[in-house]
Amino acid sequence: MIHSLFLVNSSGDIFLEKHWKSVVSRSVCDYFFEAQERASEPENVPPVIPTPHHYLISVLRHRIYFVAVIQSEVPPLFVIEFLHRVVDTFQDYFGVCTEAAIKDNVVVVYELLEEMLDNGFPLATESNILKELIKPPTILRTVVNTITGSTNVGEQLPTGQLSVVPWRRTGVKYTNNEAYFDVVEEIDAIIDKSGSTITAEIQGVIDACVKLTGMPDLTLSFMNPRLLDDVSFHPCVRFKRWEAERILSFIPPDGNFRLLSYHVSSQNLVAIPVYVKHNITFREGSSQGRFELTLGPKQTMGKGVEAVLVSSQLPRGVLNTNLNPTQGTYTFDPVTKLLSWDVGKINPQKLPSLKGSMSLQAGASKPDENPTINIQFKIQQSALSGLKVNRLDMYGEKYKPFKGIKYMTKAGKFQVRT
Amino acid sequence: MTDSKYFTTTKKGEIFELKAELNSDKKEKKKEAVKKVIASMTVGKDVSALFPDVVNCMQTDNLELKKLVYLYLMNYAKSQPDMAIMAVNTFVKDCEDPNPLIRALAVRTMGCIRVDKITEYLCEPLRKCLKDEDPYVRKTAAVCVAKLHDINAQLVEDQGFLDTLKDLISDSNPMVVANAVAALSEIAESHPNSNLLDLNPQSINKLLTALNECTEWGQIFILDCLANYTPRDDRESQSICERVTPRLSHANSAVVLSAVKVLMKFMEMLPKDLDYYGTLLKKLAPPLVTLLSAEPELQYVALRNINLIVQKRPEILKHEMKVFFVKYNDPIYVKLEKLDIMIRLASQANIAQVLAELKEYATEVDVDFVRKAVRAIGRCAIKVEQSAERCVSTLLDLIQTKVNYVVQEAIVVIKDIFRKYPNKYESVIATLCENLDSLDEPEARAAMIWIVGEYAERIDNADELLESFLEGFHDESTQVQLQLLTAIVKLFLKKPTETQELVQQVLSLATQDSDNPDLRDRGYIYWRLLSTDPVAAKEVVLAEKPLISEETDLIEPTLLEELICHIGTLASVYHKPPSAFVEGSRGVMHKRLPLGGDIGGSPAMGAGFGAAPAVMPASLNAPVGGGLGDLFDLGGGVGMPMGAYIPPKTVWLPAMKAKGLEISGTFARRAGVIQMELVLTNKAMSVMTDFAIQFNRNSFGLAPAGPLQVLTPLGPNQTIEVSLPLSTVGPVMKMDPLNNLQVAVKNNIDVFYFSCQYPISMLFVEDGKMERQVFLATWKDIPNDNESQFQIQDCHLNSDAASNKLQGSNIFTIAKRTVEGQDMLYMAIKLSNGIWVLAELKMQAGNPNYTVSLGTRRDGEQHY
Repeated sequence: MIHSLFLVNSSGDIFLEKHWKSVVSRSVCDYFFEAQERASEPENVPPVIPTPHHYLISVLRHRIYFVAVIQSEVPPLFVIEFLHRVVDTFQDYFGVCTEAAIKDNVVVVYELLEEMLDNGFPLATESNILKELIKPPTILRTVVNTITGSTNVGEQLPTGQLSVVPWRRTGVKYTNNEAYFDVVEEIDAIIDKSGSTITAEIQGVIDACVKLTGMPDLTLSFMNPRLLDDVSFHPCVRFKRWEAERILSFIPPDGNFRLLSYHVSSQNLVAIPVYVKHNITFREGSSQGRFELTLGPKQTMGKGVEAVLVSSQLPRGVLNTNLNPTQGTYTFDPVTKLLSWDVGKINPQKLPSLKGSMSLQAGASKPDENPTINIQFKIQQSALSGLKVNRLDMYGEKYKPFKGIKYMTKAGKFQVRT
Repeated sequence: MTDSKYFTTTKKGEIFELKAELNSDKKEKKKEAVKKVIASMTVGKDVSALFPDVVNCMQTDNLELKKLVYLYLMNYAKSQPDMAIMAVNTFVKDCEDPNPLIRALAVRTMGCIRVDKITEYLCEPLRKCLKDEDPYVRKTAAVCVAKLHDINAQLVEDQGFLDTLKDLISDSNPMVVANAVAALSEIAESHPNSNLLDLNPQSINKLLTALNECTEWGQIFILDCLANYTPRDDRESQSICERVTPRLSHANSAVVLSAVKVLMKFMEMLPKDLDYYGTLLKKLAPPLVTLLSAEPELQYVALRNINLIVQKRPEILKHEMKVFFVKYNDPIYVKLEKLDIMIRLASQANIAQVLAELKEYATEVDVDFVRKAVRAIGRCAIKVEQSAERCVSTLLDLIQTKVNYVVQEAIVVIKDIFRKYPNKYESVIATLCENLDSLDEPEARAAMIWIVGEYAERIDNADELLESFLEGFHDESTQVQLQLLTAIVKLFLKKPTETQELVQQVLSLATQDSDNPDLRDRGYIYWRLLSTDPVAAKEVVLAEKPLISEETDLIEPTLLEELICHIGTLASVYHKPPSAFVEGSRGVMHKRLPLGGDIGGSPAMGAGFGAAPAVMPASLNAPVGGGLGDLFDLGGGVGMPMGAYIPPKTVWLPAMKAKGLEISGTFARRAGVIQMELVLTNKAMSVMTDFAIQFNRNSFGLAPAGPLQVLTPLGPNQTIEVSLPLSTVGPVMKMDPLNNLQVAVKNNIDVFYFSCQYPISMLFVEDGKMERQVFLATWKDIPNDNESQFQIQDCHLNSDAASNKLQGSNIFTIAKRTVEGQDMLYMAIKLSNGIWVLAELKMQAGNPNYTVSLGTRRDGEQHY
């Protein structure tokens, strides 16, 4: 199982270590540093690195490498999933997961890691349970603790861990009972030069924020459950009921959680909400290149496309750019060659465009590679796949909760080749 | 007010101040001090000097303070074992606390203190906690057994904790079950042959029930454990699959992949025409695709596993090609894996799409990725014959880009395409020749030279081209030199009149001016061939070459089967059997996929495959029988009547499967030593060095007694004979068939695996003579079911000759009787592992068929 954990920052310093079995010398990380040096980009460090006596499995999140050390055969996904859980927990507790935040809360971090793994076996990884065991630090609590001398470690047995609903803490009480669900879809797509779609798929999630008193039992039904043929559920969802009736029935965890994630595959037809007209050319022997880019809405179901951000990694040979946006602002970093254009909202009457020239190194041959354009956008109040919630009901409790459902579409990895 | 204040130091000694604070009367101050100590500890500062002071804080009602002290203890107890004893009493007391949280915490912490002295005190509290009324305590105690086992395995066995742990598998609480399984699995890893996780239909049922209710991590442990079970029949297999399938919809990718492993394995047993089989296949695709939308690290592991799944069952993902298309900002390790799977999925139906993508990738920035993309186009051409033409034209387009590394890569793959489809695409040679000057990598140069030599008759200026390479002959790498030598000889054989001078020149360069023995040898061979018999030279040098196939990229089937059983593990990420690399797993058993649904009917197979030790003699028969037949087969007994039988050499590892290394060999017993006689032939273009050999665990514990003695590098087309002495003291594992031996041979290129069967006769030891009385007694002792009979046909030896002959193979005649014209020979054989095999040989004069009865007592069965 998991032996040790090292946290490494972007400059290659180990700033925290935790061992669940015997102590593994931090020199084991030298193998990781070697790999880090070889990698051209920070994200290119291979996730599994063998060393003579150990394996190092790492994830990179928030510019921190979480490096787990294992000694025997352990499923790597198990380790990676666990590391993600560590990151999520830190974020949950400290608001951000940064080196500074971890250092500021080092004792809580240590207590958390101790609760999350026992001898390398996962122990408590549900945020509901952890929060019962170790109270998250808040300014108010710190003040109260100093005055009263109480501590941020819970005195109770984590009751939830033993019940049939281990994800929900007991004795929940709210004065305002509310349950909000966000249906968020991300579209991943590759569009080729000519504008036709090579692949497009939708990754959707339903995130929930449920603050309900007692032990509510919820059901959620859809207008078109047929769309959901590839789903991953939170453990609270009763799978049999879904199989039989296509209804989500569950006792929710308290607070924020991801109810389900789904995938609408490339075999279904996926609507592409925006189009890009582009003309990026370099001529042989000239030190100038042309750059033209126009964006427009395509299939948006009548909703506006907003928060549009275009970015592109221009070829190394480009020294600088001289471009004019019709709206928004653009920047070009001559060192990283990253062009980014913050467009804002697309007005269908007056399409945004970015035109101008690029200056190349004098005398250099024309760049071989064609830049890929990355687009981010948001569409409020609509889920691209057309998924719609039919109704949400609550059983088991007497009060009437506030209910709400929001839809949103975002660009995931939306790439246009030129 | 954050924890960073704990890091501030004062000018006075930090330790000194902490000490004072720890001994303060105020609770609050104490706690703050412990926090400071912990903070220093986390960043690697040595605060072990404070041990007694911190331990003094342990007896407190304050839960947080207690926890903090426990944290400290776990870290430093090892360096202060004597001090740690001081803490024992508090632990023991805490294990009796009315609060289950404290009981659990105490037993958990105690297990983490890796000090021998403490473990003795741990036993009693642990025993109580394993039977605690509170499941939270029981589940914590289950893990504690694994901890204790890690520190002192003997103690755990002596105290009977393993049995208690096994009982916990039937616990009413799913979390306790999951932790018990996890603990047992971890212990089993260091106990190769123990039946710790003895699975039967009842326990499987318990596990499947717990699977639905335990946490995600518990599900992983249970699924991994289920994967080790072999169902009795297809119906059981189906019912397990049905209960595991819902796990494919779990949000935790590790659960999903472990479920995929179980399904992939148990599917083997389902009849293919079953409706359920098809349903299951369909259900496997979506979760695999979903894994690819996760974070890149998860994607990487998923892709490595999908690579295996696609090789085993291409039908699952055949319609999902598009999800493997590369996004430009994928990390490089994801890109390369996706590319590999794209090629595996390439078929006539989707090849157009794939090629368009590959061409796109070939214009990306990352050089490694571009190279691999170009190679991929070549592999597509070799895999999908209908696409070859399109691939070649795509490659030509890429060559036109004149990007140096693209051109070189393209030429290397075009060479392979020529080898797969000879006489089809030679029209492109002219284009290739235009790029001769830009080639600076040895592999590309060698490929180009090969093409020129191979098609010399179609290239008008072949001699000029080759001559241009010859100028800097000594600066070239060996690969290029060898290729150039061969190419010029080919050219000479094709156009002898104009190239006499050239061939002279290259031969003298290779033989006289070179220090490289491979090059010299090849030079001399050509020289002699050409000078003695040009016709023979033509036959040798211009011989028809075997076609290359796509198979070279595939994982060898037995390895693939084993890896499928290890989906989701490190082995699956590295595509190597678990025994090959993981240090802690000395005990990993080789796993095999279960056999297809039709096995049930054949009792003979049933007996042979059974794992129970009692069937050992039954499965011995086949190899022994075959072996005995062989012993007589030597027939007329001419040459060497006294020598032991040596089977003829057979090819164990064809060159196709091992990147050009061919291994053939046999086994022999010489002067009491078992020898593995190997013939290694290098059929590749490059020199092979650094040979090493290893055996997998096998039935008779065969292991190399020394390293493989290949001292000189093995040049192309060279052959070397080596004899490897073997010992029989290696680790033992029953193989099937019994005399199967799995061998791994490594060289500078790769590691190759093959399996071969050794004649059982080579295990017959020299001191196999038995006293007559003993023989008689033993013979009577042999239970009936350990006896078997068969006939050896067509053997023309009289009893004395036969007995002499067999003695040469260490089969000793103990007694001889003649009954009614039949000669009865009673013989004894002793195997290297101490098992006696007794035989009765009936021969009738004039009848060439002998009847052999074999029997063995259960001697030495403890080895199994």
